[in-house]
Amino acid sequence: MEQRFHPRIAPENMGQSLSVLRPAAALALALPSPVNAAQAAEAPLNYFMRSYGPASEPTMYLGWVLAGLSVIIMLIISLLLIVALLRNRPSMDMRMIGPESGGLRWIYIGTGISTFILFGLVIYSLLVLDAVAKPPSTPAITVTVTGYDWWWRIEYEHDDPEQTVTTANELHIPVGEPVLIRLKSADVIHAFWVPTLAGKTQMIPGLINQQWIQADSPGIYAGQCAQFCGAGHARMSLEVVAESAEDFERWRNAQRRPVSSPFRPGSTGEFGQRLFMDRCGGCHAVRGTDAAGRHAPDLTHLNSRRWLAAGLLLNTPEDLMNWIVNAQRLKPGSRMPSIALSETEKSALSTYLSTLD
Amino acid sequence: MSAITRPPSDSRLRRSPDIGQAPVGSDAEIRLAEIWESLPGWKGWLSTVDHKVIGLRYIVTAFVFLLIGGMEALIMRLQLAGPNLTLLTPEQYNQLFTMHGVTMIFLYALPILSGFSNYLWPLMLGSRDMTFPRLNALSYWIFLFAGIFMYASFPLGQAPNAGWFNYVPYSGPIYNTGPNIDVFALGMVLLGVSTTVGSVNFVVTLFKMRAPGMTINRVPILVWGTLTASVANLLVIPSVSLAFFLLWLDRQVGTHFFDVANGGKPLLWQHLFWIFGHPWVYAIVLPAMGIVSDALPTFCRRPLVGYAWVALATMATMLVGFEVWIHHMFATGLPAVALSIFGAASFVISIPSAVAVFAWIATIWLGTPVFKTPFLFFAGFVILFVIGGLSGVMTAAVPLDWQLNETYFIVAHLHYVLLGINVFPVVGGIYYWFPKFTGRMMDEKIGKWSFWVMFIGFNAGFFPMHLAGLLGMPRRIYTYSSRMGWDTVNLITSIGSFVFAIGVLIFLVNVAVSLRRGTRAGSNPWDAATLEWSVPSPPPAYNFAVIPHIASRHPLWEDRLNEGEGTGQSSLEKGYLLMEGRETIGTSPIDATPEIILKMPGDSATPFFVGLFLSLAFAGMLLHWWSFTGLMILSCIIALMVWMWPEKALAQRSPTDSSREAHV
Amino acid sequence: MSEARQLLDQPLPVGSEGKLAGGWWGIVALIVTEGSLFGYLLFSYFYLSSQAERHWPPEGLPSLLLPSINTAILIASSVFVWASEYCLARKRKRGSVVMMLVAIVLGALFVGIQLKEWSSKTYGMTSDLYGSLYFTITGFHMLHVVIGLVILLLLLAWISFRYFDEKRHAAITIGGIYWHFVDVVWLFVFTTLYLFPYM
Repeated sequence: MEQRFHPRIAPENMGQSLSVLRPAAALALALPSPVNAAQAAEAPLNYFMRSYGPASEPTMYLGWVLAGLSVIIMLIISLLLIVALLRNRPSMDMRMIGPESGGLRWIYIGTGISTFILFGLVIYSLLVLDAVAKPPSTPAITVTVTGYDWWWRIEYEHDDPEQTVTTANELHIPVGEPVLIRLKSADVIHAFWVPTLAGKTQMIPGLINQQWIQADSPGIYAGQCAQFCGAGHARMSLEVVAESAEDFERWRNAQRRPVSSPFRPGSTGEFGQRLFMDRCGGCHAVRGTDAAGRHAPDLTHLNSRRWLAAGLLLNTPEDLMNWIVNAQRLKPGSRMPSIALSETEKSALSTYLSTLD
Repeated sequence: MSAITRPPSDSRLRRSPDIGQAPVGSDAEIRLAEIWESLPGWKGWLSTVDHKVIGLRYIVTAFVFLLIGGMEALIMRLQLAGPNLTLLTPEQYNQLFTMHGVTMIFLYALPILSGFSNYLWPLMLGSRDMTFPRLNALSYWIFLFAGIFMYASFPLGQAPNAGWFNYVPYSGPIYNTGPNIDVFALGMVLLGVSTTVGSVNFVVTLFKMRAPGMTINRVPILVWGTLTASVANLLVIPSVSLAFFLLWLDRQVGTHFFDVANGGKPLLWQHLFWIFGHPWVYAIVLPAMGIVSDALPTFCRRPLVGYAWVALATMATMLVGFEVWIHHMFATGLPAVALSIFGAASFVISIPSAVAVFAWIATIWLGTPVFKTPFLFFAGFVILFVIGGLSGVMTAAVPLDWQLNETYFIVAHLHYVLLGINVFPVVGGIYYWFPKFTGRMMDEKIGKWSFWVMFIGFNAGFFPMHLAGLLGMPRRIYTYSSRMGWDTVNLITSIGSFVFAIGVLIFLVNVAVSLRRGTRAGSNPWDAATLEWSVPSPPPAYNFAVIPHIASRHPLWEDRLNEGEGTGQSSLEKGYLLMEGRETIGTSPIDATPEIILKMPGDSATPFFVGLFLSLAFAGMLLHWWSFTGLMILSCIIALMVWMWPEKALAQRSPTDSSREAHV
Repeated sequence: MSEARQLLDQPLPVGSEGKLAGGWWGIVALIVTEGSLFGYLLFSYFYLSSQAERHWPPEGLPSLLLPSINTAILIASSVFVWASEYCLARKRKRGSVVMMLVAIVLGALFVGIQLKEWSSKTYGMTSDLYGSLYFTITGFHMLHVVIGLVILLLLLAWISFRYFDEKRHAAITIGGIYWHFVDVVWLFVFTTLYLFPYM
């Protein structure tokens, strides 16, 4: 599992003309300490050096050009300043005052060149804006992502409500095609941001924003809430899982399936299920059962997901129970209460939850 | 000196002012001192309207807020020094970063510049005070009370916690139920009153109170900077005050401006906030840039290159600055066409900044640098300005901003802007004008140490934040996981921030030492060119014994400049002797020809009481003590009536009405 | 120095004289910022109304008769303030007092009619978004009218105390400008809240 998390090699189809800038950009990123360059390679949200789709790639090059230019300009200005400070001057009586006129050429030339560069950058950035604002083809898949304090509801709508897929914190998309994301908020403003795929867009209550993403190669791409939304803001991540069209269809079909209740009356699993309906079902939904809450993540296929609590804990049975019992300690202020459970209840609930795959 | 002649009978309404000299120790000078000095003791302390006293109070108070905000930052840097640290709870962290932002942006950045401008304007312009000395005192008192107000809930653990731009609905009644946001909202409206009356004072002072002959193209750049900032404040402060007031109504009265369920719009908040917020950013840097433009030439032994261009650039920055508020809202889903227009405007705004940068470098290049401590701060500032400007240009590119926005890249950018362009010139400015403020020089050796430690600490602390941002670190997160790859940059940032803090500490030590043991400064220790250096250090209460007559932009360099705006012959020792009460000269807005003899009000405690009653009224609103609020507003109105009551001594009333009053 | 001498030798007015007084400039600056405040209020109104999902105003078109009369009353009051200063400048102090008194009565009448207008509304400040906007905007204006009336009352008192004469009455000029501002702003508020829904 962890294997898939390792940094990906950049796609091969990168523009040749721009790739010469890559060393310069790398240099810019590594300026104060070479340690950072090594570390940069591991940062999953590093949009500056990594792009895996057409909605972010032109922006990445724009970033390189701007950062490269900034470094060059910074160096030139610093050099000018240092020479201005240290250049040899005939020794002079400090009571002497230089003439006021003169030097205007500095302003004319300096501002002239700056204006010229800025004008070029305006054009370039507008071209990039045009390239990333709209997908190249109409997206066939629309996903609605709703921000909650502090997790993400993910819905694949379908004309037939039975076919609608609802999950949380893990957004699956087919590789190589644009996907339209409709962005909503259930409470406060959040921002949807999967930096290696696209820039961020705010999720504003009362408003439906849209953006598109596309991943050109299969993999897992990290995302993060990028608008301060309260105590759990730091703990609100999501993942985009890009997979082949077949894998995606297989996943979607699996997610559509409601659970059946195979538990023998009086078994531990059945006890766990009853516990769940009593204690969890008011907020959480498990399709095919009485649990139909909409305030919290849909848990129908809980075990298909990699993470718990929006990227806080890996989805293992131990961490799951840890989360249920200690939610308020692990994510203070969350809507998920810390639930007091006896050992018997724990194992029963655990048994029940382990069937949600 | 000239004899004090008895004025003719209608002289109370019209007279030819006496012209003469009043050297220190002469009868006229002694009389002036009597007229202008405040009472000794606490009465004088409470009622003084001397712009120099008010200016220093502003500087000291704002600096205290800087230190408080800095300590908040250091605590946060401890929390972020490594991954998954638990020094602070999320809620504590959120209150700390909010109060850090509120303190630095609202309680430090502009007030400190108001302090400089309050102290320096009349001295630079050749006047005896600001146009409205009492309003000036009011502005300070409300600022002080608003600062205390906004910190009132901090010890209770209920400080504002929604970030300094306080987006709704998170700051609204549903998601933020404590008093946290009400304190912020009411405090901001109160502070807005202070900023507004201060701005009115600056604008009118510039147009009315310059010494004769100081035409509009002879005023120092600091004056241009503060004027521009003040005009901007008049136009945009109402926007933020209104936003916070509407929010308070939503929270406490139950209106629906931002209430999504009833048709309110969260984006309205963002518009109102940033219509204010963007010009405000310029308001808190333009006067600081003015400090550099005025003080840097002193250490280059030549006038600033391109005075007119720099003055125009100052105003151009603000003109464009009004149009670009959307660039804080690129990620809100607005149409791409709108974004491209605002993006382009955001690029354009850096052109005036380029003008200033090249003017400063040319001034150094063509001059003969003298490496004193203030100069180091100003030269260092140029580099920080360029870095902050360039990172700003990067955020003007809409698609790139969709990535950079709300990451540590923005945090880095705004700290280069606010620390680099505000704190460095301010500390440099204190080194520069300290002899004027106190009559003593600051220590050069400690001074150089303070510069280098601050400069290195600053860059070590804040440059890596750019990288953290590019590595995807969002701002306002109280912790992060080590799998995100942000450990090293954060550790370096935390270390750098402490080094920077040590630099500030060295500076404070220098202030403390120099206050007691600094060498005595003459009136013009740096051999500078502008008017404030023509008066003794510290300046007497009346500033100028005679109102100078100005014939050039560099009145103190006229004997040594042989071309340009320094070749006139200003008259500094001889001029109007105005001493029938507190008087100064009012001049025409552009050419500064004398128009009127202005009667300046005496010391008064009414500003203190107006400020106090107003602040208490706000406290009453916070606590829902409605009748108390009503009482305080009534007291405020009564105090204002006392304040405004026309005085014969100020020639506000007809001199022929029945009651005779003694001449002051 | 010759330029300097020229400047220095003329007699100058002393103290608060008309438009040369600091206060005149001060009130203009204050009006700029107050005008901006109303600008942002009306901006908020248009911003929210343009995105309203239900019809706007929700309670149907406002009746124009009473507010139009009230508008005329407020404008008339401005004219009387102007007349009061005019009389003072022509040494007719009693006329000045009378004019100011009429202005204040008209202003108070405006407040009374506006209060009646408020009480006739079927909605309140908290009942819906429109109500919040309507009462906040007119409330802000009402606050300014009340402050304006306090200022006019003070001016009335000062004129009756014979503080001012034809040469010295900057306070009347300054206070008068504020009152004119309050009236002009009402025209914008009236247009926005009453006329705009008909367009």
